[in-house]
Amino acid sequence: METIFGVPLNAFAGQLVLGLVNGCFYAILSLGLAVIFGLLNVVNFAHGAMYMLGAYLAYVLLTMFGVPYWASLAIVPIAVGILGVVLERAFLQWLYKLDHIYGLLATFGLATIIEGLMRAQFGVSGQRFPVPEALTGATNLGFMMVPTYRIWVVAASLLACFVVWLLIERTRLGATLRAGTQNPKLVAAFGVNVPLLVMCTFGAGVGLAAFAGVLAAPLVQINPLIGQSLTITVFAVVVIGGMGSIVGSVVTGLALGVVEGVTKIFYPEASATVVFLVMVLVLLLRPAGLFGKGN
Amino acid sequence: MALTEPILAVRDLNAWYGESHVLHGIEFEVHRSECVSLLGRNGAGRTTTLRSILGLTDRRTGRVCVFGEDTARWPTHRIARLGVGFCPEERGIFSALTCEENLMLPPVLKNSQMAMSVEEIYEIFPNLYERRRSPGMKLSGGEQQMLALGRILRTGASLLLLDEISEGLAPVIVQTLARAIKRLKSKGYTILLVEQNFRFAAPLSDRMLVIEHGQVVETINRSELGEKMPRLQELLGV
Repeated sequence: METIFGVPLNAFAGQLVLGLVNGCFYAILSLGLAVIFGLLNVVNFAHGAMYMLGAYLAYVLLTMFGVPYWASLAIVPIAVGILGVVLERAFLQWLYKLDHIYGLLATFGLATIIEGLMRAQFGVSGQRFPVPEALTGATNLGFMMVPTYRIWVVAASLLACFVVWLLIERTRLGATLRAGTQNPKLVAAFGVNVPLLVMCTFGAGVGLAAFAGVLAAPLVQINPLIGQSLTITVFAVVVIGGMGSIVGSVVTGLALGVVEGVTKIFYPEASATVVFLVMVLVLLLRPAGLFGKGN
Repeated sequence: MALTEPILAVRDLNAWYGESHVLHGIEFEVHRSECVSLLGRNGAGRTTTLRSILGLTDRRTGRVCVFGEDTARWPTHRIARLGVGFCPEERGIFSALTCEENLMLPPVLKNSQMAMSVEEIYEIFPNLYERRRSPGMKLSGGEQQMLALGRILRTGASLLLLDEISEGLAPVIVQTLARAIKRLKSKGYTILLVEQNFRFAAPLSDRMLVIEHGQVVETINRSELGEKMPRLQELLGV
Protein backbone atom coordinates (compact mmCIF):
# COMPACT_ATOMS: atom_id res chain seq x y z
CA MET A 1 0.00 0.00 0.00
CA GLU A 2 1.30 3.44 -0.93
CA THR A 3 2.11 5.71 1.99
CA ILE A 4 2.92 9.37 2.58
CA PHE A 5 5.15 10.01 5.62
CA GLY A 6 4.19 6.51 6.78
CA VAL A 7 0.45 7.22 6.48
CA PRO A 8 -1.60 5.17 3.98
CA LEU A 9 -2.46 7.30 0.93
CA ASN A 10 -6.18 6.62 1.30
CA ALA A 11 -6.26 7.78 4.91
CA PHE A 12 -4.18 10.84 4.04
CA ALA A 13 -6.40 11.81 1.10
CA GLY A 14 -9.52 11.14 3.17
CA GLN A 15 -8.40 13.54 5.88
CA LEU A 16 -7.44 16.10 3.27
CA VAL A 17 -10.91 15.99 1.74
CA LEU A 18 -12.50 16.18 5.19
CA GLY A 19 -10.25 19.15 5.98
CA LEU A 20 -11.19 20.79 2.69
CA VAL A 21 -14.91 20.38 3.46
CA ASN A 22 -14.43 21.93 6.90
CA GLY A 23 -12.29 24.61 5.28
CA CYS A 24 -15.17 25.44 2.93
CA PHE A 25 -17.43 26.11 5.90
CA TYR A 26 -14.71 28.20 7.55
CA ALA A 27 -14.27 30.12 4.30
CA ILE A 28 -17.93 30.87 3.71
CA LEU A 29 -18.58 31.80 7.34
CA SER A 30 -15.48 33.95 7.68
CA LEU A 31 -16.32 35.61 4.36
CA GLY A 32 -19.65 36.77 5.82
CA LEU A 33 -17.93 37.94 8.98
CA ALA A 34 -15.27 39.80 6.98
CA VAL A 35 -17.87 41.57 4.85
CA ILE A 36 -19.80 42.62 7.95
CA PHE A 37 -16.71 43.74 9.83
CA GLY A 38 -15.35 45.55 6.79
CA LEU A 39 -18.37 47.80 6.35
CA LEU A 40 -20.07 47.88 9.74
CA ASN A 41 -17.03 47.59 12.01
CA VAL A 42 -19.09 45.11 14.00
CA VAL A 43 -17.53 41.91 15.30
CA ASN A 44 -20.62 39.80 14.75
CA PHE A 45 -20.64 37.12 17.41
CA ALA A 46 -24.15 36.09 16.31
CA HIS A 47 -22.78 34.72 13.03
CA GLY A 48 -22.63 31.16 14.34
CA ALA A 49 -26.21 31.46 15.57
CA MET A 50 -27.27 32.49 12.06
CA TYR A 51 -25.50 29.45 10.65
CA MET A 52 -27.38 27.29 13.17
CA LEU A 53 -30.67 29.02 12.27
CA GLY A 54 -29.99 28.25 8.61
CA ALA A 55 -29.60 24.55 9.34
CA TYR A 56 -32.70 24.49 11.59
CA LEU A 57 -34.84 26.43 9.14
CA ALA A 58 -33.95 23.96 6.37
CA TYR A 59 -34.85 21.13 8.76
CA VAL A 60 -38.19 22.72 9.73
CA LEU A 61 -39.07 23.50 6.13
CA LEU A 62 -38.38 19.90 5.15
CA THR A 63 -40.05 18.11 8.05
CA MET A 64 -43.08 20.38 8.54
CA PHE A 65 -43.73 21.74 5.05
CA GLY A 66 -42.02 19.24 2.80
CA VAL A 67 -39.82 21.93 1.23
CA PRO A 68 -36.93 20.13 -0.48
CA TYR A 69 -33.25 20.81 0.17
CA TRP A 70 -32.74 22.60 -3.15
CA ALA A 71 -35.52 25.08 -2.47
CA SER A 72 -34.16 25.64 1.05
CA LEU A 73 -30.78 26.58 -0.41
CA ALA A 74 -32.51 29.62 -1.92
CA ILE A 75 -35.25 30.33 0.63
CA VAL A 76 -33.28 30.00 3.88
CA PRO A 77 -30.49 32.52 3.18
CA ILE A 78 -33.12 35.09 2.15
CA ALA A 79 -35.29 34.43 5.23
CA VAL A 80 -32.36 34.53 7.67
CA GLY A 81 -30.95 37.55 5.79
CA ILE A 82 -34.24 39.38 6.43
CA LEU A 83 -33.99 38.45 10.11
CA GLY A 84 -30.46 39.88 10.05
CA VAL A 85 -31.79 43.12 8.56
CA VAL A 86 -34.36 43.36 11.36
CA LEU A 87 -31.68 42.75 14.01
CA GLU A 88 -29.39 45.33 12.39
CA ARG A 89 -32.12 47.98 12.38
CA ALA A 90 -33.32 47.13 15.88
CA PHE A 91 -29.99 46.74 17.68
CA LEU A 92 -26.77 47.21 15.76
CA GLN A 93 -27.35 50.52 13.98
CA TRP A 94 -27.09 52.30 17.34
CA LEU A 95 -23.65 50.89 18.04
CA TYR A 96 -21.60 51.85 14.96
CA LYS A 97 -20.14 54.99 16.53
CA LEU A 98 -19.11 53.15 19.67
CA ASP A 99 -16.12 50.95 20.38
CA HIS A 100 -16.03 47.46 18.78
CA ILE A 101 -16.60 45.89 22.16
CA TYR A 102 -20.23 47.10 22.27
CA GLY A 103 -21.06 45.44 18.96
CA LEU A 104 -19.30 42.29 20.08
CA LEU A 105 -21.21 42.18 23.38
CA ALA A 106 -24.55 42.97 21.72
CA THR A 107 -24.14 40.24 19.11
CA PHE A 108 -22.89 37.82 21.76
CA GLY A 109 -26.08 38.54 23.71
CA LEU A 110 -28.20 38.07 20.59
CA ALA A 111 -26.48 34.74 19.87
CA THR A 112 -27.15 33.55 23.41
CA ILE A 113 -30.83 34.53 23.16
CA ILE A 114 -31.28 32.87 19.76
CA GLU A 115 -29.55 29.68 20.93
CA GLY A 116 -31.65 29.66 24.11
CA LEU A 117 -34.87 30.03 22.14
CA MET A 118 -33.90 27.21 19.81
CA ARG A 119 -32.93 25.02 22.76
CA ALA A 120 -36.33 25.68 24.38
CA GLN A 121 -38.09 24.79 21.13
CA PHE A 122 -36.04 21.83 19.87
CA GLY A 123 -34.09 20.57 22.90
CA VAL A 124 -30.39 19.77 22.76
CA SER A 125 -30.47 16.44 20.97
CA GLY A 126 -29.35 16.50 17.36
CA GLN A 127 -31.76 16.37 14.43
CA ARG A 128 -30.92 14.48 11.27
CA PHE A 129 -31.35 16.04 7.84
CA PRO A 130 -31.23 13.54 4.97
CA VAL A 131 -28.77 13.96 2.14
CA PRO A 132 -30.76 14.95 -0.98
CA GLU A 133 -31.34 11.95 -3.22
CA ALA A 134 -29.37 13.31 -6.16
CA LEU A 135 -26.27 13.62 -3.97
CA THR A 136 -26.33 10.30 -2.13
CA GLY A 137 -23.62 7.70 -2.60
CA ALA A 138 -19.95 8.11 -3.32
CA THR A 139 -17.91 9.30 -6.28
CA ASN A 140 -14.68 7.67 -7.36
CA LEU A 141 -11.98 10.30 -7.81
CA GLY A 142 -9.51 7.72 -9.09
CA PHE A 143 -7.35 7.66 -5.99
CA MET A 144 -10.18 7.49 -3.46
CA MET A 145 -13.93 7.30 -3.00
CA VAL A 146 -15.54 10.50 -1.71
CA PRO A 147 -19.17 10.97 -0.60
CA THR A 148 -20.86 12.87 -3.43
CA TYR A 149 -22.47 15.29 -1.02
CA ARG A 150 -19.05 16.42 0.24
CA ILE A 151 -17.93 17.12 -3.32
CA TRP A 152 -21.09 19.20 -3.76
CA VAL A 153 -20.34 21.13 -0.54
CA VAL A 154 -16.84 21.99 -1.77
CA ALA A 155 -18.12 23.04 -5.21
CA ALA A 156 -21.06 25.07 -3.87
CA SER A 157 -18.92 26.81 -1.25
CA LEU A 158 -16.20 27.71 -3.71
CA LEU A 159 -18.81 28.98 -6.16
CA ALA A 160 -20.46 31.09 -3.43
CA CYS A 161 -17.08 32.53 -2.40
CA PHE A 162 -16.22 33.28 -6.04
CA VAL A 163 -19.55 35.02 -6.64
CA VAL A 164 -19.12 37.15 -3.51
CA TRP A 165 -15.55 38.01 -4.52
CA LEU A 166 -16.72 38.91 -8.02
CA LEU A 167 -19.50 41.08 -6.62
CA ILE A 168 -17.20 42.94 -4.26
CA GLU A 169 -14.09 43.27 -6.41
CA ARG A 170 -15.50 43.61 -9.92
CA THR A 171 -18.78 45.53 -9.76
CA ARG A 172 -19.85 49.14 -9.13
CA LEU A 173 -21.80 47.98 -6.09
CA GLY A 174 -18.67 46.28 -4.77
CA ALA A 175 -16.60 49.41 -5.40
CA THR A 176 -19.16 51.42 -3.44
CA LEU A 177 -18.99 48.87 -0.63
CA ARG A 178 -15.20 49.01 -0.54
CA ALA A 179 -15.27 52.79 -0.57
CA GLY A 180 -17.89 52.71 2.19
CA THR A 181 -15.57 50.67 4.40
CA GLN A 182 -12.88 53.33 3.95
CA ASN A 183 -14.89 56.55 4.28
CA PRO A 184 -18.66 56.12 4.79
CA LYS A 185 -19.27 59.86 5.29
CA LEU A 186 -17.74 60.76 1.95
CA VAL A 187 -19.66 57.99 0.20
CA ALA A 188 -22.85 59.47 1.69
CA ALA A 189 -21.75 62.87 0.37
CA PHE A 190 -21.78 61.32 -3.10
CA GLY A 191 -25.49 60.59 -2.69
CA VAL A 192 -25.19 56.95 -1.63
CA ASN A 193 -27.64 55.87 1.05
CA VAL A 194 -25.02 54.38 3.36
CA PRO A 195 -27.42 53.16 6.09
CA LEU A 196 -29.31 51.18 3.43
CA LEU A 197 -26.03 49.82 2.08
CA VAL A 198 -24.97 48.80 5.57
CA MET A 199 -28.32 47.14 6.27
CA CYS A 200 -28.22 45.14 3.04
CA THR A 201 -24.60 44.15 3.64
CA PHE A 202 -25.43 42.82 7.08
CA GLY A 203 -28.38 40.92 5.61
CA ALA A 204 -26.16 39.46 2.88
CA GLY A 205 -23.42 38.47 5.36
CA VAL A 206 -25.95 36.78 7.60
CA GLY A 207 -27.54 35.14 4.54
CA LEU A 208 -24.14 33.63 3.70
CA ALA A 209 -23.98 32.11 7.18
CA ALA A 210 -27.45 30.63 6.68
CA PHE A 211 -26.39 29.27 3.28
CA ALA A 212 -23.49 27.51 5.02
CA GLY A 213 -25.99 26.20 7.58
CA VAL A 214 -28.15 24.62 4.86
CA LEU A 215 -25.07 23.11 3.21
CA ALA A 216 -23.97 21.69 6.56
CA ALA A 217 -27.40 20.34 7.56
CA PRO A 218 -26.95 16.86 6.00
CA LEU A 219 -23.41 16.56 7.43
CA VAL A 220 -24.05 17.38 11.08
CA GLN A 221 -26.47 16.54 13.85
CA ILE A 222 -28.44 19.78 13.91
CA ASN A 223 -28.57 21.19 17.43
CA PRO A 224 -28.69 24.70 18.92
CA LEU A 225 -24.97 24.74 19.65
CA ILE A 226 -23.50 23.84 16.26
CA GLY A 227 -22.84 27.47 15.54
CA GLN A 228 -21.24 28.21 18.88
CA SER A 229 -18.46 25.70 18.39
CA LEU A 230 -17.71 27.04 14.91
CA THR A 231 -17.81 30.72 15.83
CA ILE A 232 -14.54 30.74 17.75
CA THR A 233 -12.65 28.90 15.01
CA VAL A 234 -14.11 31.15 12.33
CA PHE A 235 -13.05 34.24 14.26
CA ALA A 236 -9.53 32.84 14.40
CA VAL A 237 -9.72 32.38 10.61
CA VAL A 238 -10.80 36.00 10.13
CA VAL A 239 -8.00 37.26 12.38
CA ILE A 240 -5.40 35.14 10.57
CA GLY A 241 -6.67 36.25 7.16
CA GLY A 242 -6.80 39.91 8.18
CA MET A 243 -9.91 41.56 9.60
CA GLY A 244 -12.16 42.68 6.77
CA SER A 245 -10.12 41.02 3.99
CA ILE A 246 -12.34 39.12 1.56
CA VAL A 247 -9.60 37.15 -0.16
CA GLY A 248 -7.89 36.58 3.19
CA SER A 249 -11.00 34.99 4.67
CA VAL A 250 -11.50 32.56 1.81
CA VAL A 251 -7.87 31.52 1.38
CA THR A 252 -7.26 31.24 5.11
CA GLY A 253 -10.51 29.36 5.71
CA LEU A 254 -9.68 26.72 3.10
CA ALA A 255 -6.03 26.48 4.15
CA LEU A 256 -6.81 26.11 7.85
CA GLY A 257 -9.38 23.42 7.16
CA VAL A 258 -6.67 21.45 5.35
CA VAL A 259 -4.12 22.16 8.09
CA GLU A 260 -6.62 20.88 10.66
CA GLY A 261 -7.22 17.76 8.55
CA VAL A 262 -3.51 17.02 8.18
CA THR A 263 -2.94 17.57 11.91
CA LYS A 264 -5.62 14.96 12.59
CA ILE A 265 -3.45 12.42 10.77
CA PHE A 266 -0.17 13.11 12.48
CA TYR A 267 -1.15 14.38 15.91
CA PRO A 268 -4.92 14.17 16.46
CA GLU A 269 -4.70 15.67 19.97
CA ALA A 270 -3.59 19.00 18.46
CA SER A 271 -6.23 19.16 15.71
CA ALA A 272 -8.62 21.27 17.75
CA THR A 273 -5.93 23.76 18.75
CA VAL A 274 -3.75 24.00 15.65
CA VAL A 275 -5.85 26.88 14.25
CA PHE A 276 -5.24 28.92 17.39
CA LEU A 277 -1.55 28.07 17.35
CA VAL A 278 -1.38 29.42 13.79
CA MET A 279 -3.30 32.50 14.95
CA VAL A 280 -0.76 33.21 17.70
CA LEU A 281 2.13 32.82 15.26
CA VAL A 282 0.50 35.06 12.65
CA LEU A 283 -0.34 37.75 15.21
CA LEU A 284 3.26 37.71 16.42
CA LEU A 285 4.71 37.98 12.92
CA ARG A 286 1.99 39.94 11.08
CA PRO A 287 -0.39 41.60 13.55
CA ALA A 288 -2.72 42.78 10.75
CA GLY A 289 -3.16 39.21 9.50
CA LEU A 290 -1.86 37.52 6.35
CA PHE A 291 -3.92 39.67 3.97
CA GLY A 292 -4.73 42.62 6.25
CA LYS A 293 -3.81 46.21 5.41
CA GLY A 294 -2.86 47.02 8.98
CA ASN A 295 -5.19 49.89 9.85
CA MET B 1 -28.03 88.65 -9.48
CA ALA B 2 -29.80 88.81 -6.12
CA LEU B 3 -33.17 88.91 -7.89
CA THR B 4 -33.07 85.20 -8.60
CA GLU B 5 -33.62 82.58 -5.94
CA PRO B 6 -30.24 81.58 -4.50
CA ILE B 7 -28.90 78.09 -5.24
CA LEU B 8 -27.59 77.98 -1.70
CA ALA B 9 -28.90 80.06 1.21
CA VAL B 10 -27.38 79.62 4.65
CA ARG B 11 -29.15 81.26 7.59
CA ASP B 12 -27.99 81.33 11.21
CA LEU B 13 -25.96 78.16 10.74
CA ASN B 14 -24.48 76.75 13.93
CA ALA B 15 -22.46 73.53 13.93
CA TRP B 16 -20.75 71.35 16.47
CA TYR B 17 -18.10 68.63 16.53
CA GLY B 18 -18.82 66.75 19.73
CA GLU B 19 -18.95 69.41 22.45
CA SER B 20 -17.06 71.91 20.34
CA HIS B 21 -19.28 74.71 18.98
CA VAL B 22 -17.54 75.65 15.71
CA LEU B 23 -19.99 77.77 13.69
CA HIS B 24 -21.83 80.65 15.35
CA GLY B 25 -24.58 81.84 13.02
CA ILE B 26 -23.06 81.78 9.54
CA GLU B 27 -25.16 83.62 6.90
CA PHE B 28 -24.61 83.89 3.16
CA GLU B 29 -26.10 83.15 -0.23
CA VAL B 30 -24.70 81.78 -3.45
CA HIS B 31 -26.48 82.39 -6.76
CA ARG B 32 -26.48 80.42 -9.99
CA SER B 33 -23.13 80.44 -11.85
CA GLU B 34 -21.47 82.36 -9.05
CA CYS B 35 -18.12 81.42 -7.59
CA VAL B 36 -17.94 82.42 -3.93
CA SER B 37 -14.84 81.89 -1.82
CA LEU B 38 -14.72 81.35 1.91
CA LEU B 39 -11.47 82.79 3.19
CA GLY B 40 -10.08 82.89 6.69
CA ARG B 41 -7.37 81.67 9.00
CA ASN B 42 -6.93 78.03 10.00
CA GLY B 43 -9.62 76.96 12.43
CA ALA B 44 -11.94 79.84 11.49
CA GLY B 45 -14.70 77.43 10.42
CA ARG B 46 -14.46 77.43 6.60
CA THR B 47 -14.22 73.66 6.16
CA THR B 48 -16.87 73.14 8.83
CA THR B 49 -19.17 75.45 6.87
CA LEU B 50 -18.84 73.25 3.77
CA ARG B 51 -19.24 70.06 5.75
CA SER B 52 -22.28 71.32 7.63
CA ILE B 53 -24.00 72.28 4.36
CA LEU B 54 -23.93 68.54 3.62
CA GLY B 55 -24.84 67.53 7.17
CA LEU B 56 -21.41 66.03 7.80
CA THR B 57 -20.91 67.65 11.19
CA ASP B 58 -22.04 65.96 14.40
CA ARG B 59 -24.82 68.51 14.89
CA ARG B 60 -26.10 71.63 13.16
CA THR B 61 -28.92 74.13 13.59
CA GLY B 62 -30.22 76.93 11.39
CA ARG B 63 -31.43 76.83 7.80
CA VAL B 64 -29.53 75.50 4.82
CA CYS B 65 -31.61 75.90 1.67
CA VAL B 66 -30.18 74.05 -1.33
CA PHE B 67 -31.98 74.63 -4.65
CA GLY B 68 -34.85 76.06 -2.61
CA GLU B 69 -35.19 73.05 -0.28
CA ASP B 70 -34.58 73.46 3.43
CA THR B 71 -32.20 70.56 4.08
CA ALA B 72 -31.48 71.19 7.75
CA ARG B 73 -32.96 67.86 8.80
CA TRP B 74 -32.05 65.84 5.74
CA PRO B 75 -29.51 63.01 5.72
CA THR B 76 -26.31 63.67 3.77
CA HIS B 77 -27.07 61.41 0.80
CA ARG B 78 -30.41 63.15 0.20
CA ILE B 79 -28.78 66.59 0.16
CA ALA B 80 -26.14 65.34 -2.28
CA ARG B 81 -28.85 64.03 -4.60
CA LEU B 82 -30.22 67.55 -5.02
CA GLY B 83 -27.11 68.18 -7.12
CA VAL B 84 -24.36 68.98 -4.63
CA GLY B 85 -20.83 67.77 -5.35
CA PHE B 86 -18.27 67.75 -2.55
CA CYS B 87 -14.50 67.77 -2.94
CA PRO B 88 -13.07 67.27 0.57
CA GLU B 89 -9.85 68.84 1.80
CA GLU B 90 -8.14 65.46 2.10
CA ARG B 91 -9.39 64.66 -1.44
CA GLY B 92 -11.05 61.45 -0.34
CA ILE B 93 -9.50 59.22 -2.97
CA PHE B 94 -10.22 55.60 -2.13
CA SER B 95 -6.94 53.73 -2.03
CA ALA B 96 -8.64 50.37 -2.55
CA LEU B 97 -10.06 51.50 -5.91
CA THR B 98 -8.38 52.33 -9.21
CA CYS B 99 -8.43 55.83 -10.67
CA GLU B 100 -11.33 54.93 -12.98
CA GLU B 101 -13.23 53.10 -10.21
CA ASN B 102 -12.93 56.26 -8.11
CA LEU B 103 -14.19 58.29 -11.05
CA MET B 104 -17.17 56.00 -11.61
CA LEU B 105 -18.02 55.61 -7.93
CA PRO B 106 -20.58 58.37 -7.24
CA PRO B 107 -23.97 57.65 -8.78
CA VAL B 108 -25.12 59.94 -11.59
CA LEU B 109 -28.03 62.18 -10.60
CA LYS B 110 -31.37 61.54 -12.23
CA ASN B 111 -32.53 64.16 -14.76
CA SER B 112 -29.29 66.12 -14.53
CA GLN B 113 -28.33 68.25 -17.52
CA MET B 114 -24.84 68.88 -16.16
CA ALA B 115 -23.43 65.33 -15.96
CA MET B 116 -20.13 65.12 -17.84
CA SER B 117 -19.09 62.00 -19.66
CA VAL B 118 -15.88 60.26 -18.67
CA GLU B 119 -14.42 61.37 -22.03
CA GLU B 120 -15.18 65.02 -21.24
CA ILE B 121 -13.49 64.65 -17.85
CA TYR B 122 -10.44 63.05 -19.45
CA GLU B 123 -10.39 65.96 -21.90
CA ILE B 124 -10.25 68.47 -19.03
CA PHE B 125 -7.73 66.36 -17.07
CA PRO B 126 -5.71 64.29 -19.58
CA ASN B 127 -3.45 62.96 -16.78
CA LEU B 128 -6.38 60.97 -15.44
CA TYR B 129 -6.78 59.08 -18.71
CA GLU B 130 -3.15 57.99 -18.60
CA ARG B 131 -3.50 56.89 -14.97
CA ARG B 132 -6.96 55.36 -15.23
CA ARG B 133 -5.82 51.85 -14.27
CA SER B 134 -3.56 52.96 -11.40
CA PRO B 135 -4.66 52.38 -7.80
CA GLY B 136 -5.87 55.53 -6.04
CA MET B 137 -2.96 55.46 -3.62
CA LYS B 138 -0.40 55.54 -6.45
CA LEU B 139 -1.62 58.87 -7.86
CA SER B 140 0.30 62.08 -7.20
CA GLY B 141 -1.30 64.84 -5.12
CA GLY B 142 -2.22 66.78 -8.24
CA GLU B 143 -3.71 63.75 -9.95
CA GLN B 144 -5.70 62.96 -6.84
CA GLN B 145 -7.07 66.49 -6.80
CA MET B 146 -8.05 66.31 -10.47
CA LEU B 147 -9.71 62.98 -9.80
CA ALA B 148 -11.61 64.36 -6.81
CA LEU B 149 -12.91 67.20 -8.98
CA GLY B 150 -13.59 65.03 -12.02
CA ARG B 151 -15.45 62.53 -9.87
CA ILE B 152 -18.15 65.02 -8.86
CA LEU B 153 -18.45 66.44 -12.37
CA ARG B 154 -19.51 63.03 -13.68
CA THR B 155 -22.45 62.94 -11.26
CA GLY B 156 -24.15 65.96 -12.79
CA ALA B 157 -23.93 68.00 -9.59
CA SER B 158 -24.24 71.70 -10.40
CA LEU B 159 -23.39 73.12 -6.97
CA LEU B 160 -19.75 72.31 -6.24
CA LEU B 161 -18.32 72.56 -2.74
CA LEU B 162 -14.55 72.61 -3.13
CA ASP B 163 -12.37 72.50 -0.05
CA GLU B 164 -8.76 73.76 -0.36
CA ILE B 165 -8.27 72.23 -3.78
CA SER B 166 -5.00 74.11 -4.43
CA GLU B 167 -3.38 73.11 -1.16
CA GLY B 168 0.07 71.59 -1.41
CA LEU B 169 0.09 71.38 -5.21
CA ALA B 170 2.72 72.43 -7.75
CA PRO B 171 2.01 75.78 -9.47
CA VAL B 172 1.42 74.12 -12.83
CA ILE B 173 -1.30 71.90 -11.32
CA VAL B 174 -2.84 74.88 -9.53
CA GLN B 175 -3.05 76.65 -12.90
CA THR B 176 -4.74 73.61 -14.45
CA LEU B 177 -7.30 73.60 -11.63
CA ALA B 178 -7.88 77.35 -11.99
CA ARG B 179 -8.52 76.90 -15.73
CA ALA B 180 -10.91 74.05 -14.98
CA ILE B 181 -12.87 76.16 -12.48
CA LYS B 182 -13.15 79.05 -14.96
CA ARG B 183 -14.43 76.61 -17.56
CA LEU B 184 -16.97 75.15 -15.13
CA LYS B 185 -18.17 78.59 -14.15
CA SER B 186 -18.69 79.51 -17.79
CA LYS B 187 -20.72 76.34 -18.21
CA GLY B 188 -23.11 77.42 -15.47
CA TYR B 189 -21.78 75.58 -12.43
CA THR B 190 -22.20 77.26 -9.04
CA ILE B 191 -19.07 77.01 -6.94
CA LEU B 192 -18.40 77.50 -3.25
CA LEU B 193 -14.68 77.48 -2.75
CA VAL B 194 -12.87 77.20 0.57
CA GLU B 195 -9.39 78.59 0.15
CA GLN B 196 -6.42 79.82 2.07
CA ASN B 197 -4.57 80.66 -1.13
CA PHE B 198 -5.88 84.17 -1.78
CA ARG B 199 -3.95 84.47 -5.08
CA PHE B 200 -5.74 81.36 -6.36
CA ALA B 201 -9.19 82.34 -5.14
CA ALA B 202 -9.30 86.06 -5.98
CA PRO B 203 -9.29 85.87 -9.81
CA LEU B 204 -11.90 83.09 -9.77
CA SER B 205 -14.34 84.54 -7.26
CA ASP B 206 -17.30 86.85 -7.74
CA ARG B 207 -17.41 87.38 -3.99
CA MET B 208 -15.19 86.53 -1.08
CA LEU B 209 -16.50 85.93 2.43
CA VAL B 210 -14.07 86.13 5.27
CA ILE B 211 -14.87 83.83 8.17
CA GLU B 212 -13.57 84.32 11.66
CA HIS B 213 -14.59 82.51 14.84
CA GLY B 214 -17.41 80.74 13.00
CA GLN B 215 -19.02 83.88 11.59
CA VAL B 216 -18.88 85.81 8.32
CA VAL B 217 -17.07 89.01 9.30
CA GLU B 218 -16.58 90.56 5.86
CA THR B 219 -18.04 90.26 2.38
CA ILE B 220 -15.98 91.56 -0.52
CA ASN B 221 -17.29 91.78 -4.06
CA ARG B 222 -14.73 91.47 -6.81
CA SER B 223 -15.23 95.15 -7.73
CA GLU B 224 -14.39 96.19 -4.15
CA LEU B 225 -11.22 94.17 -3.96
CA GLY B 226 -8.79 97.07 -4.41
CA GLU B 227 -10.49 99.31 -1.92
CA LYS B 228 -10.92 96.60 0.74
CA MET B 229 -7.50 95.02 0.33
CA PRO B 230 -6.07 96.52 3.58
CA ARG B 231 -9.01 95.14 5.53
CA LEU B 232 -8.60 91.74 3.84
CA GLN B 233 -4.90 91.63 4.66
CA GLU B 234 -5.69 92.53 8.23
CA LEU B 235 -8.20 89.65 8.46
CA LEU B 236 -6.08 87.06 6.69
CA GLY B 237 -2.66 88.09 7.97
CA VAL B 238 -1.03 86.04 10.69
